[in-house]
Amino acid sequence: MQIKINGKMKNLEYSEISLKKLLYLLDMGDKGIAVELNGEIIRKDSFESTILKEGDVLEIVHIVGGG
Amino acid sequence: MKKQGNDNLVIAGRTFKSRLFIGTGKYSTFQQMKEAIELSGAEVVTVAVRRVNLDRKNEESLLDYIDTKKYFLLPNTAGCYTWEEAVRTARLSREILGTNWVKLEVIGNEKTLMPDTMGLLKAAEVLIKEGFVVLPYTSDDHVLAKKLEEIGCPAVMPLGAPIGSGLGIRNPYNIKIIVEMSRVPVIVDAGVGTASDASIAMELGCDAVLINTAIALAREPLLMAEAMKYAVEAGRKAFLAGRIPKKLYASASSPIDGVIGT
Repeated sequence: MQIKINGKMKNLEYSEISLKKLLYLLDMGDKGIAVELNGEIIRKDSFESTILKEGDVLEIVHIVGGG
Repeated sequence: MKKQGNDNLVIAGRTFKSRLFIGTGKYSTFQQMKEAIELSGAEVVTVAVRRVNLDRKNEESLLDYIDTKKYFLLPNTAGCYTWEEAVRTARLSREILGTNWVKLEVIGNEKTLMPDTMGLLKAAEVLIKEGFVVLPYTSDDHVLAKKLEEIGCPAVMPLGAPIGSGLGIRNPYNIKIIVEMSRVPVIVDAGVGTASDASIAMELGCDAVLINTAIALAREPLLMAEAMKYAVEAGRKAFLAGRIPKKLYASASSPIDGVIGT
């Protein structure tokens, strides 16, 4: 399936995958990040139960330097 | 002695000893940023929220360099051009940092980075309703500053000059009017270029100054961090002490009587 992560289309060899597993595949834990799925924030305790589907739009953000 | 003891800054019930807020952008390394923060004596440290770069795994995190027990992280919504983006960014920052404080920016022009004041008001209203402590980056307009105060912002952050410009306090009279009319702390955000600019902001009666570029891009950032610490302290003390009135003619400092040969 295809999903959009941080503005880029990604092909995943899964028909369904949990958000937790996707983050694992991306080498990310759940520390220091926040995730928005189709415009709604997904709380950390829901990463495992959130199942991604075709066409989903994800934003994965973290903290960087700024003024 | 007057006002020599406790002169803390209080915003939304939270007490800060330092009146210098410091940004974390533009440093050449995280280590340099960390040392600059330490030398500045600041407690409030601003950060930004951005997409994780999926192609650069296992990057160092800025958060590894800031002791969050010692410093108060204030996320911003820099780079947001609509109130909706700013609100989303604030919610994401709350999710990451667990803070409901936000330095709210809604930018209206790419070249000047002047705030979109209508978008700012709208975003502030929405976020305050959601329980955020909103510190708005605003223009040096006292009417708008008052509106932001009235809708529940516990401080206002007027710009001294465009972000990163280092032009200093371009319109001290506007800043002074905001200071006189506000019942909430006034923090000059943006425009400071060197230590004297920070002192001027504090001498005008501002409650704090937020500085990023002037420190991070100084030839010696660590030295400038220290300079800013003293500049903010000096300006604050001078404000409390009260400057003398300006006079056109001289007034001798040494006694007139007893000069030899008279």
